[in-house]
Amino acid sequence: MKPKFVLVLGTASVLFAAAVVANPARDAIVAGFAAEAGVSAFSAEAGQAMFLAQFTGGKEATPSCTTCHTSNPLAAGRTRVGKPILPMAVSANPDRYTDPENVAKWFRRNCTSVLGRECTAQEKGNFLAFMISQ
Amino acid sequence: MKKLVPSVAIAAMLAVSSLPAQAGSPWVVENTTTKEECSACHMAYPAGFLPERSWRAIMGNLTDHFGEDASLGDAARTEITNYLVALAPKELRNVSPIAVPLRISELRWFRGEHGARRIAQARNDSRIGSISNCAACHRGAERGNFDD
Repeated sequence: MKPKFVLVLGTASVLFAAAVVANPARDAIVAGFAAEAGVSAFSAEAGQAMFLAQFTGGKEATPSCTTCHTSNPLAAGRTRVGKPILPMAVSANPDRYTDPENVAKWFRRNCTSVLGRECTAQEKGNFLAFMISQ
Repeated sequence: MKKLVPSVAIAAMLAVSSLPAQAGSPWVVENTTTKEECSACHMAYPAGFLPERSWRAIMGNLTDHFGEDASLGDAARTEITNYLVALAPKELRNVSPIAVPLRISELRWFRGEHGARRIAQARNDSRIGSISNCAACHRGAERGNFDD
């Protein structure tokens, strides 16, 4: 079972690599979410939908990812006090999603702020698939 | 004004009690963890701007940090709290000893210094974003210089 699983993931990474240069650390983070979610691939479309969605369960000031990140992942965002945020898309910011602790910290914080709960491994994987595809 | 050493000018304006003997400046954030974590979203505000009880309150409620979850791991949270508390004054001028101000921008001296017009202007100017974005106007803010 295991070798097959890795192979499928490898294929997914190759697809992502069409848009950006693959990064072993980032691949490992995605693979971790896949293992946790028990899936072999993630949906960039679902990730995009989550990125653009408006939520009501979170904190009032942050109803959407786009509140701070703008709806364009290639563009710089802005924190609520006005400090610039580097683009979310890997093609615009190749260092994105390469530090597992940092990824865990920001998913924890921002899912809580925006959705009012932590995101599932499936949601996190979809989100990264979208950002890697951009 | 411009020639004054900033820490002296600000200290004279704010502090009632003398500042603690702790090594380090209350006007420049020198602790790496504090600088990195706080400045991810906003300028890392220096300890001298709020009394120590305020820093304890802020650092004790990071899951609702001015409307956002800014939670940290225990190690980082403890390090930052200890650093800020060690450099913060016990009391600030014009702040009641029982008040626990959480926003520097709501302190009386801050509103007086900036004025309602400038505060509104900061909010409406897309290059600034909010009056909390010190470094947008005070180019030396991160070095403890707020004189410009």
